[in-house]
Amino acid sequence: MSTSANGSGTGALSATRPTEVSQLDRVVIRFAGDSGDGMQLTGDRFTSEAAAFGNDLATLPNFPAEIRAPQGTIPGVSSFQVHFADYDILTPGDRPDVLVAMNPAALKANLGDVPHGGTVIVNTDEFSKRNLTKVGYDADPLGDDSLSAYEVHRVAMSTLTQGALADTGLGKKDAERCKNMFALGLLSWMYHRPTEGTERFLREKFAKKPDIAEANILAFRAGWNYGETTESFATTFEVAPAKLEQGTYRQITGNTALAYGIVAAGQLAKLPILLGTYPITPASDILHELSKHKNFGVTTFQAEDEIAGIGAALGAAYGGALGVTSTSGPGIALKSETIGLGVMTELPLIVIDVQRGGPSTGLPTKTEQADLLQAMFGRNSESPVPIIAPCSPADCFDAALEATRIALTYRTPVLLLSDGAIANGSEPWLIPDVGTLPDLSVVFATEPNAPDGSGEHWPYVRDPETLAREWAVPGTPGLQHRIGGLEKADGKGNISYDPDNHDKMVRLRQAKIDGIDVPDLTVDDPSGGEARVLALGWGSSYGPIGAAARRVRKKGLPIAQAHLRHLNPFPANLGEVLSRYDTVVVPEMNLGQLAMLLRAKYLVDINSYTKIAGLPFKAEELEGVFTDIITSTKEVAR
Amino acid sequence: MTATDLGLPRLGGLDLVPATDEPQKAKDYKSDQEVRWCPGCGDYVVLNTIQSFLPTLGLKRENIVFVSGIGCSSRFPYYMNTYGMHSIHGRAPAIATGLATTRPDLSVWVVTGDGDALSIGGNHLVHTLRRNVNLKILLFNNRIYGLTKGQYSPTSDQGTVTKSTPMGSLDTPFNPVSLALGAEASFVGRALDSDKKGLTEVLTAAAQHRGSAFVEIYQNCPIFNDGAFDVLKDKDEAAQRIIPLRAGEPIRFGPEGEYGVTRSGWGGLEVGKVADIGEDDLVVHDPTIQDTSYAFALSRIGDQHLNHTPTGIFRQVERPTYDDQARAQVEQAAQAKAPNLQALLTGKDTWTVA
Repeated sequence: MSTSANGSGTGALSATRPTEVSQLDRVVIRFAGDSGDGMQLTGDRFTSEAAAFGNDLATLPNFPAEIRAPQGTIPGVSSFQVHFADYDILTPGDRPDVLVAMNPAALKANLGDVPHGGTVIVNTDEFSKRNLTKVGYDADPLGDDSLSAYEVHRVAMSTLTQGALADTGLGKKDAERCKNMFALGLLSWMYHRPTEGTERFLREKFAKKPDIAEANILAFRAGWNYGETTESFATTFEVAPAKLEQGTYRQITGNTALAYGIVAAGQLAKLPILLGTYPITPASDILHELSKHKNFGVTTFQAEDEIAGIGAALGAAYGGALGVTSTSGPGIALKSETIGLGVMTELPLIVIDVQRGGPSTGLPTKTEQADLLQAMFGRNSESPVPIIAPCSPADCFDAALEATRIALTYRTPVLLLSDGAIANGSEPWLIPDVGTLPDLSVVFATEPNAPDGSGEHWPYVRDPETLAREWAVPGTPGLQHRIGGLEKADGKGNISYDPDNHDKMVRLRQAKIDGIDVPDLTVDDPSGGEARVLALGWGSSYGPIGAAARRVRKKGLPIAQAHLRHLNPFPANLGEVLSRYDTVVVPEMNLGQLAMLLRAKYLVDINSYTKIAGLPFKAEELEGVFTDIITSTKEVAR
Repeated sequence: MTATDLGLPRLGGLDLVPATDEPQKAKDYKSDQEVRWCPGCGDYVVLNTIQSFLPTLGLKRENIVFVSGIGCSSRFPYYMNTYGMHSIHGRAPAIATGLATTRPDLSVWVVTGDGDALSIGGNHLVHTLRRNVNLKILLFNNRIYGLTKGQYSPTSDQGTVTKSTPMGSLDTPFNPVSLALGAEASFVGRALDSDKKGLTEVLTAAAQHRGSAFVEIYQNCPIFNDGAFDVLKDKDEAAQRIIPLRAGEPIRFGPEGEYGVTRSGWGGLEVGKVADIGEDDLVVHDPTIQDTSYAFALSRIGDQHLNHTPTGIFRQVERPTYDDQARAQVEQAAQAKAPNLQALLTGKDTWTVA
């Protein structure tokens, strides 16, 4: 091992040993270990290196709900998959080309996903008899031929890390904890990744504990040098920067993009923001992120429960702020009544649901898109709300702006359906020029509006175009009025039990939502109209649906793809689009919720493909589904 | 967070609310809506008292907001010619918290009942008091569910026979004043619906208090729990039972002032004859004592059967408010770092595709 690069912790690492360099267009790497092994951090850092290098990328973190699940067990395995490429990619990848397994549990839990011929790098130090028995290995898989289908690299990562840190004075246990950085260093060497960013990151992260920072950097360098100096790695790999659209990029997760979208929405609307919320996986990072940006006029209120969170947001909206609440499905269940009050009082409100596996507590850290019908109908009586769903991590930013536009323009709660996959997943984001973002500014009522000229203020007088009522905030002289959950008289807004009035108000509230101006659905069909099958999705399945569509097209099978951002109301042209195709296939991570809505509204048959595994669809899986459908559609046509 | 001194100026409850020079009358606070409580309901007198008292504050009417939950008392905002929201059962404190936090220029009042505040909304009540949000919470306690037609409430006597408890209710009732004190309320008062003067005094102090002010108002429901507080309304009975709390004065009561309050074992307080206690050993009322034990002990003198009922202000202490501090953090953050949206979106690690 070279000590010169290893010792000082300064100076750039550079490869000198001649290895065979293989050019790849894309690679999928999965880091897997115990939940305490720091796999999320390792994956995140590798992702940042890929981003800094200019690859396109997509990531899939996958971790247990327990903070420290029993050590060394299958339920305790935490993994992070990153897909990076020299072209624009849509998913975190189906199967890892490289699996880094930090212990037997990680190997056992993940090996099934590695294609034959794939690379497996294991930390041999953890393959003790005890650890093997714990996960049900009768024999050491490293000792027999059970891994013969893979290219296996046996690396004593714990020992090597401890050795590299022997002179630091760090205890053995603390030294061993740096082994994830050893793994990162090794992989960084294998894939010619830039390393300065990681070293800078470690120094910043451990600014208050410089000895820990230096130990991690030493381990990182030891991993790099291990690749460089040992002969067990004959080949290194290069993935060239991706030819993405021109501009400046950054890496971003869905939750961060969503939080930025909210900050931007407040600035563009020139309104203070109040986020009323309660911690819940996987939405808490939105609270964490927004609480860092108080300088943008953002107040974050961690309430006593989900109900108080949305209550405070609605109270703030009544006072003229941009009220936001963030949660996951179980929280939406608790917030339903207040969403209903928002519908009745016709106040703007952003309700973010980062969907997770359910029902009940379900799978808190896994993804699902099964809250669509809850968003659509999960309130008493006729209580329509618009629904927006982002399709990727970066798209969460635009979705937040769009949700705000609708909430402010139409004075209504808006449900924004993200999910665990895009909340925690990341991808490159073409940073928008703030000057090009939409103006979301609002006009508060200042003058009494009674159409009878009485000089009174009638809170339920509507804009004839949008059907929105005026936003008259407390503090405005002459516009004192009372609103609430009881039915209101059309126009005047007083309590009304009149049957005809109620009938009219129910229809008015529905008409307002139905009339929301949403962009037409665009269809991607490179075959120029030859496709007889349309793949239609919503939310985070955009990536795998798109990747699968590309694959079947490559095989010469035409398929059209469209993706719904607006789930309520649907785009005006949706019915016409559906009617153009012999078959419409709708893949969803639920039991066919969008399919149900489409069938009900458009009376079309839908080929519903569903899977609820807590993980995103694999492109490979949808490729098979689409291929079968296209083939059978052709046969029917024949 | 530890109690950081943010150097906030000591403000009164209404110091940030715009005042008016225009004279106001009670009728200015009456909305055009027909009041629809049952004839004889205690809510009428409370409404009248509040409508007569508000003009004395000299605030711009448009800067006053009443927020309520659900129940008979929660219809209150509809009858006030101010801004108002009749919200969801139990949730008014949460909604008012969002409003008060974003709008320091408003005087925000929550009107609630014993079911609304103590049963379905108990969680919001205690947390709002704990945070000390600058809003005034008026709990109309009639010890019964009125709007749902007569079920027992969390303040009903044990054994109350109602449609839902034909063999008598089993729950131990809450003492709302004790509960509020346990929740760290910085202002706690109690008044009787029919006592216009006493109620006005407590409300005036509550309005001026910066932070959460909790006021329990004993209110008669003539339909489902008529006469619950009659013993406090009969002149002779009342003299024996009501213990008026006056800051700086020894606590004594009775037709001739013959009863008083003194310290008892375990740090508590008890009622006795002044002749037995001795004038010097009477407790001198001080609502500004930080330790809640004193006010709590005072609240325990009162009991469910109203044998002794302290009225007035139990506790009135200064403590930083949630909303002032939340706004201070936003201001501090903006001063430390001017908002630059482009810089935020761009972040630190970027790459450029040419």
